[in-house]
Amino acid sequence: MVVTGAGIVSPMGMDFAENAAGFRAGRSAFSPVTLFDVSRQRVGTAGQVDLAETCAGLPHRAASRMDRGTRLAWLAAREALSAAGLSGGAMPMVVGTSAAAMPIGEDYYRAAHLPQTTSRSQLRRVETYQAQRQITDMARLLGVDGRIRVVSNACASGANAIGQAFHLVRMGRAERVLAGGYDALCQLVFAGFDTLQALSPSGIPRPFDAARDGLALGEGAGFMVVESAASAKSRGARVIAEITGYGAATDIHHLTQPHPEGDAALVTMSAACAMAGIAPEQIDYINSHGTGTPLNDVAEGNAIRRWAGDRVSSIKVSSTKSAIGHLLGGAGAVESVICLMAMEGQWLPASLHVREPDPVCAFDLIREPREARVARALTNSFGFGGANATLIFAKEGLP
Amino acid sequence: MSRDLAITGTGAVSPAGWGVAAMMRALESAETLPLSLLERACGDAMVTTPVLRVPAQGATAPKFARMRRSSPITKFAAAAAMEALGETRFAESTAGRLRVGVVFTLTNGCVNYSNRFFSEVLSDPALASPILFPETVFNAPSSHLSALIGSSAPNDTLVGDASAFLSGIDLAAEWIERGDVDGCLVVASEEIDWLSAEGLRHYSKSYLPSEGAAAIYLEAAGGPAMLEHLPDPVSYQFHGRLEAARLMRANLAVADDGATLLVDGLSGVRRFDAPEAAAWSDWSGPRRSPKRVLGESMGAAAAFQVVAAAESLVSGAFRQAIVSSVGSNQQAAGLVLRRDPPAQMP
Repeated sequence: MVVTGAGIVSPMGMDFAENAAGFRAGRSAFSPVTLFDVSRQRVGTAGQVDLAETCAGLPHRAASRMDRGTRLAWLAAREALSAAGLSGGAMPMVVGTSAAAMPIGEDYYRAAHLPQTTSRSQLRRVETYQAQRQITDMARLLGVDGRIRVVSNACASGANAIGQAFHLVRMGRAERVLAGGYDALCQLVFAGFDTLQALSPSGIPRPFDAARDGLALGEGAGFMVVESAASAKSRGARVIAEITGYGAATDIHHLTQPHPEGDAALVTMSAACAMAGIAPEQIDYINSHGTGTPLNDVAEGNAIRRWAGDRVSSIKVSSTKSAIGHLLGGAGAVESVICLMAMEGQWLPASLHVREPDPVCAFDLIREPREARVARALTNSFGFGGANATLIFAKEGLP
Repeated sequence: MSRDLAITGTGAVSPAGWGVAAMMRALESAETLPLSLLERACGDAMVTTPVLRVPAQGATAPKFARMRRSSPITKFAAAAAMEALGETRFAESTAGRLRVGVVFTLTNGCVNYSNRFFSEVLSDPALASPILFPETVFNAPSSHLSALIGSSAPNDTLVGDASAFLSGIDLAAEWIERGDVDGCLVVASEEIDWLSAEGLRHYSKSYLPSEGAAAIYLEAAGGPAMLEHLPDPVSYQFHGRLEAARLMRANLAVADDGATLLVDGLSGVRRFDAPEAAAWSDWSGPRRSPKRVLGESMGAAAAFQVVAAAESLVSGAFRQAIVSSVGSNQQAAGLVLRRDPPAQMP
């Protein structure tokens, strides 16, 4: 199973090249939130994408019905298809999202309290609020014809979507699949994380710092074309990487808190490595879930220590959420695309803003971008509700 | 599918009551279930929406610490899932001897808490409840189910129109085929709130919004309800609903032999029923339309259909059952269940 195309939109940039340049340079991409009122929140910043009102190539009528998140998804998916040398075609789509078109739902709620609101305008909001409607419209615009799955496993949604695509191709149920994840900032979710006091009051997350105080939210999308090697070869497509392993498990410790020892994370990392037929020391880079919350980073750190054993000090780890924030349903897919960038450019993105690493960091925490040999990369995604997923990517043709 | 898969457990919580038996009694007698009215103020006016609610009486939702603050969507789902799983498999799962996956499908999700939480945010975000927010996430109910049965096996939530339940069965079949799980609960659940109930009636005032959950336990086994045929759904991006419904009918490739039951998704709202009605217009065999009794439960609707189809085979009344689900805005889907051993027909 190979990746023949990848696309990304994040606060760091609007395509693969802009994002690669930003992560390579160690840029941080947080800014004041202007999409909704944050004046009464504890936190007022996030990784907000500088998204133009009009997107080149997106018909006006379609754009007017498309929510912000799906617009981000459409941009990333279009780039992935283009990079794969495809202009649509027959293939399933597996898409992960957590908040989906929540901003439209918020509009529906507000309008429902206004006596002058028309049923017709509410009908439009109800219809376009639904994720499957948005993704079906997006597929039509992309020229992609095939069954659609919308996965909503909170912050692991994007990784699970790519994992499901991997299995569809691996089992011979599809030659290729367009897969990815997305989420846009919205008021309900922003306020939700704020009420949980999960957001860093400074607005600057410091994953794996001993004094970390929370995450920052972000928005964006990552997509890739997952294809059988035979299909890629037959049409002469460039192979960006192979997908060699995927693991999924459920952490049943608590709805919002991981098991402190990272039990389910250990299961998914071990399962993905077993599927790939490799040992932990053969992983050159881990793009961690690394949210910057006190509990998550300890759980993941413990899982990495248990998984790598006495080789843990050689394992290179960073959290790119330190630069763009937590993209929720888009995180796993965006971070998978960042792994592809690292492998293509042979550099490691950094965990920014770390002043003193937490003692749980028995691994090699990458605090500044650096050049490195990156033949295999692993990415972790852990969501609310205990949805855990691990993906492994490798340069083509490794033994 | 290279392995024989069977539905070996079913569960339902519906406006007819808690349990599959209550649902089947209501479907067989085609009884009219009692309406409730949702009322809320909007300006100087009251907005009133008739709905079918799950009765409070006879609730069988299991008591479980994590679910004490959960909203009805989780309680309905847990009751249906436990009924489908059964006591023996529940014990095996909690003891770690049975790997039970969970696939959860829905359209609306936890609208009660989303409504309450967003109302609090708009009023004063500093006072918005941190207890409500996590329960608003689409996969919160499925997470509670895995915790309830003590299973760390894969758990996925699919969002879609009603037909997504059949995609959920497809995903569960994949997991079983690969050996990722020993068996899988496929669950769909919805709860009523004025947000979603009014939303549905913006499509047609003839819709009767309802709620509830249905679940099946799918495993590699023999049994009276074998999964005979589950074609890929026909998505709507390049097919209208009418064409998609016809293609799905053709893909199901089942003729009326007098011993095959069709469980369709017709609700009685002619404008939205038209594509499915047209696709099956020549069907003269036995037919059941659960929505006409249970109301429009959106994401849970096709799950009720599948449970009704499986139960009809278990009872020995039919040799085969077809489920047709022509979704509102995603895809047309369907499946065929076969009784094994074949029923002795009169």
